[in-house]
Amino acid sequence: MTYNYPDNSGHFGPYGGIFMAETLIPAVEELRQQYLHFRDDPAFKAELAYELKHYVGRPSPIYHAKNWSDRLGGAQIYLKREDLNHTGAHKINNAMGQALLARRMGKKRVIAETGAGMHGVASATVAARFGMECIVYMGAEDIQRQSPNVYRMKLLGATVVPVESGSKTLKDACNEAIRDWVTNVETTFYIFGTAAGPHPYPMMVRDFQCVIGNEAKIQMPEMIGRQPDAVIACVGGGSNAIGLFHPYIEEKSVRIIGVEAGGHGLAGGQHAAPLTSNSKVGVLHGNRVYLMQDDNGQIAETHSISAGLDYPGVGPEHCWLKDTGRAEYVAITDDEALKAFHDLCRFEGIIPALESSHALAHAAKIAPTMGRDQVLLVNLSGRGDKDINTVARLSGITL
Amino acid sequence: MSRIENKFTALKKQGRKALIPFVTAGDPDPKVTVPLMHALVAAGADVLELGVPFSDPMADGPVIQRASERALKHHVGLRDVLQMVAEFRSKDTATPVVLMGYGNPIEAMGWKNFAQRCAEVGVDGVLTVDFPPEESHDAFEHLQAHGIAPIFLIAPTTNEARIALVAKLARGYVYYVSLKGVTGAGNLDLSDIAQKIPQLRKHISIPIGVGFGIRDAETARAVSALCDGVVVGSRIVQEIENSKENKMLENVSTLVKGLRQAIDSGN
Repeated sequence: MTYNYPDNSGHFGPYGGIFMAETLIPAVEELRQQYLHFRDDPAFKAELAYELKHYVGRPSPIYHAKNWSDRLGGAQIYLKREDLNHTGAHKINNAMGQALLARRMGKKRVIAETGAGMHGVASATVAARFGMECIVYMGAEDIQRQSPNVYRMKLLGATVVPVESGSKTLKDACNEAIRDWVTNVETTFYIFGTAAGPHPYPMMVRDFQCVIGNEAKIQMPEMIGRQPDAVIACVGGGSNAIGLFHPYIEEKSVRIIGVEAGGHGLAGGQHAAPLTSNSKVGVLHGNRVYLMQDDNGQIAETHSISAGLDYPGVGPEHCWLKDTGRAEYVAITDDEALKAFHDLCRFEGIIPALESSHALAHAAKIAPTMGRDQVLLVNLSGRGDKDINTVARLSGITL
Repeated sequence: MSRIENKFTALKKQGRKALIPFVTAGDPDPKVTVPLMHALVAAGADVLELGVPFSDPMADGPVIQRASERALKHHVGLRDVLQMVAEFRSKDTATPVVLMGYGNPIEAMGWKNFAQRCAEVGVDGVLTVDFPPEESHDAFEHLQAHGIAPIFLIAPTTNEARIALVAKLARGYVYYVSLKGVTGAGNLDLSDIAQKIPQLRKHISIPIGVGFGIRDAETARAVSALCDGVVVGSRIVQEIENSKENKMLENVSTLVKGLRQAIDSGN
């Protein structure tokens, strides 16, 4: 039986769905209809392909991290270089797709939430490219730790709105973007950044990100004559991961491994790993998913060194892939991610995003247990220039 | 007949409209909530909407967000809110109480358990902002089994087909959201309400309340003339926020009496 999710009402098994205030229900329904129409429209597909090639710079290459693999002394690590995309991360794949859809729907104002700032930068970029007004909601704490990205968004003409409520991170930015959307629903397109939220977002964001895995499935046989033994990606909401994983779901010989943010370790609760920590299922931001929460159903405050993974929930398709056993989910701590960050800088000359460093760290953990003829494909989802202040501060250096 | 039906039937006989104040349970302190509920009734409230605090109140404006934060500082959870209703019911068996909030605290308790507790403590209706009818089948089976009314929102953006869908499932009353936006916003449009209510009446036979953005007595009067009841939330919560502890009940009572007079004068 072929894998065919979500169903018509946006469910991946028991996960996903549409949990929104009534005011927004007609808006997500309109979005669903428009997306399903344009998804198969040859002109839309051609325009997206053109923009991805000439503006974003696709296809992104795959690079054999040979020095690092040799040092680890086991499996060969290959990197899918999403960090080389325009704006420096995979986020532009989705932002471009949604911006083209927004244009066709006649929306001239776009809003976005952002954690690390990469989705905000990608949204600001496509808004500038197509002459749209862009408002980005960002947690006040994230504005502190990702200040270079804040200035990039401003340079691109976006308005960055600091969110002071709650934990002042990604989930609060989502809340505020939803409040904007409910107020300006008729004029505004919400460019949602990850493969979560109300249907059709988990499906639509996944589809736009699948360019990652679709390219890899062609590139890997060209490089090594076969598919990798495992594909590995970090999971916050999980858009870069689902983009790599989804095309590999039917390739049963390929292990699929998602890496969550283990923060200070799962035991103390200071993490952002709802799948690995066996969190209860709950409802937030439009979908039913595994969700970090307390006994009263209040959403837990999370911790991760990387703002982009610092989120209490996860996309519904990852929840389903976990339950079905098709994908494995693990957690990597802040310290492990930092070590991988430094190693990739020193041994390969690549500064990875702290988010992607979680996936790298897990590859480094399992590579030595595998044979030298085995291959791990890691999604290097973004570059780490935005993180240099955070890393410097942790190393006791003031820039 | 349920408490909600009784109340609206009695009001209709008197030619009056319902005043439905909203307060967040546990704001600013759990010990004031039950006395506040009694004070609201004494000042002229017909139905009470009691907000269940939630960490991520996406449909609420800053005033009710802050109320949730104040309640959560005291760790007020759904179990505590149900206990408050039980305490209220020991002295008031007539005034309907509707819990309003987000789905996750209920999911965490389990709908079956929640519905049973609602029936035990005397909750009359439940409004879950982020659970549309399409996602509510299991939830409402449990509510209906215990005679608890599922209250639904209808928005300015809701089309005719969805109005008909809500009409089939809704019990108690239907809550028309008078603006596109969050609670407490300032862009209420009377002409939109006047146009929409007759459209709702074509499908909906139960009473229709209107809320979101009703900030003063004159607006309450004007809106009440168009429907069966007005919901006032943010304005009351703001009064709670701005009042000194020992003046709070008095200030809120004065405000609610003013709303009551305005509504009664206009009909």
